Amino acid sequence: MATITEKILAAHSGRAFVSPGDFANVSVDMVLANDITGPLAIREFRKLGVTRVFNPARVVMVPDHFIPNKDIPSAIQAQDIREFAREQGIVYFEAGRSGIEHVLLPEEGLVGPGHVVIGADSHTCTYGALGAFATGMGSTDIAAAMATGDIWMKVPPTIKLVFHGSLQPWTSGKDLILHAIGDIGIDGALYSAMEFHGEAIQFMDMDGRFTMANMAIEAGAKAGVFEVDATTEEYLATHPQRAGTAPCRRYFTDSNADYSRIIEYDASTIEPVVAFPHLPSNVRPASTAGDVVIDQVVIGSCTNGRLSDLRIAAQILRGRSVHESLRCIIIPGSQRVYRQAVDEGLVHVFLDAGAVVSTPTCGPCLGGYMGILAPGERCLSTTNRNFVGRMGSPQSEVYLSSPAVAAATAIAGRISPPGNTYGESREEISW
Amino acid sequence: MVVLRGKAHLYGADVDTDAIIPARYLNVSEPALLAEHCMEDIDPGFRERVSEGDVIVATTNFGCGSSREHAPIAIKACGVSCIIAHSFARIFFRNAINIGLPLLECPEAVSGCTDGDILEIDLIEGKVTNATRALSFTAKPYPQFMMGIVNAGGLIAYTKRRLEEIEA
Repeated sequence: MATITEKILAAHSGRAFVSPGDFANVSVDMVLANDITGPLAIREFRKLGVTRVFNPARVVMVPDHFIPNKDIPSAIQAQDIREFAREQGIVYFEAGRSGIEHVLLPEEGLVGPGHVVIGADSHTCTYGALGAFATGMGSTDIAAAMATGDIWMKVPPTIKLVFHGSLQPWTSGKDLILHAIGDIGIDGALYSAMEFHGEAIQFMDMDGRFTMANMAIEAGAKAGVFEVDATTEEYLATHPQRAGTAPCRRYFTDSNADYSRIIEYDASTIEPVVAFPHLPSNVRPASTAGDVVIDQVVIGSCTNGRLSDLRIAAQILRGRSVHESLRCIIIPGSQRVYRQAVDEGLVHVFLDAGAVVSTPTCGPCLGGYMGILAPGERCLSTTNRNFVGRMGSPQSEVYLSSPAVAAATAIAGRISPPGNTYGESREEISW
Repeated sequence: MVVLRGKAHLYGADVDTDAIIPARYLNVSEPALLAEHCMEDIDPGFRERVSEGDVIVATTNFGCGSSREHAPIAIKACGVSCIIAHSFARIFFRNAINIGLPLLECPEAVSGCTDGDILEIDLIEGKVTNATRALSFTAKPYPQFMMGIVNAGGLIAYTKRRLEEIEA
């Protein structure tokens, strides 16, 4: 009778069951903040009059947005969370042993199936890929949860999205989620949980699922949720849960669960897509983009900064050059991804092609640093938002795509679908 | 409770958190510093026009995008007393309530409103009066559960009370 979301929230609020619309006080298994939202959360936490967080093994702070520090104020913010982490003994990752929070936490075994995770970052919904209920909140919510170990929630209705069929060679999880956002709109899943099913999902690797869950927020959703399967189990076996984290539990939606809406797609017809400025829902096939000259390509972020994203980019860039009128910035999502990209020779491919390769950071995605746009410039990016001014000047433009479209575009100098440009299929080239 | 009163600043759909406070200014979190850049990229004149008590009026999905609490903080620090919209993005809604910036969902009040209209808002009654047009509307009431937070003056005061009760 219940969805994964309802089962997890019931289990965490001491009830037999919960229904959409119910208010519940939910115990949390992991509480997260970063170098932008952490300082505010700490300030509010201090006002509560408590001296210790509820459980230091279940509070994590990750410096990632302006890290390594871009200026003095951002250095002070990083200092705030570093000092708080030392004082409280919470989980903390210093630059050089860190990464973008939503790439890092699953790698480090800090989040797992059946967990309730709240983070002061809207892309906290990423962990739904592992069968967790994970959602973004603000700093004050995180402050309260750091003190009490629980937080109020309104139980969301669940929308089921089914992707039938198998994917075209260059179509990825990014294309599926952008396609869905283009279909339902950026408030199409407002206050709801999105639950992903179908053959295309069953055969998708974890990195693709992280990408899809990550962008649930771009449809207004509270969470993006996947069922645990053999692919998830394999990931969990190679990324064991860290000591002190909550036990994992696998939940599955009942066959007669009550969805607020069921949306079905034929995934085999979905081409690589691009979201045009200035909304993630402004989606069209990359093959119909027309002649859009691009000044900068960014490959990375919590959405698409994982190893398989870099592998796809390297596959296309190998032996080719970044177009002379364009900058291509590639940012591994974590130190672990960075090292693997070095070990596999991907970084050599990028350097040979004439790309910038950076240490992990959120940097350009939010217009922080490391790739800010001038007025009139256009950037095609594997990130998650293309609002006005998102990556720099309010007179600049951001286009969103998969790593494959981004790499093909970096070579062509204009928006380009990978298949059309090179006539290769992904299967023909193996790693 | 004092009735809120101010002039309306009208916006459309999907006003995102990058528009409310661009991330390039998030290397600080002091309210006054954030307020200096509120709405800068989509409405550069906002800071000049806004005065204490004013009301932001928008259509759907106000505050979509990031979880940055800096967004409602910047709006509040500009002197805005309330936001009225068709609907709000989820995290923005929580953040605003948590820091004590009142929000009302009232599509009728939005559609009958022009930029600069004088609005009066009674939060207890959930009543929005457009004084310029002599029209009154009733907003969607807060859920009972949330009234506890609203009445306490925000989540920190609410949680502090909860913690004291647990100890006692």
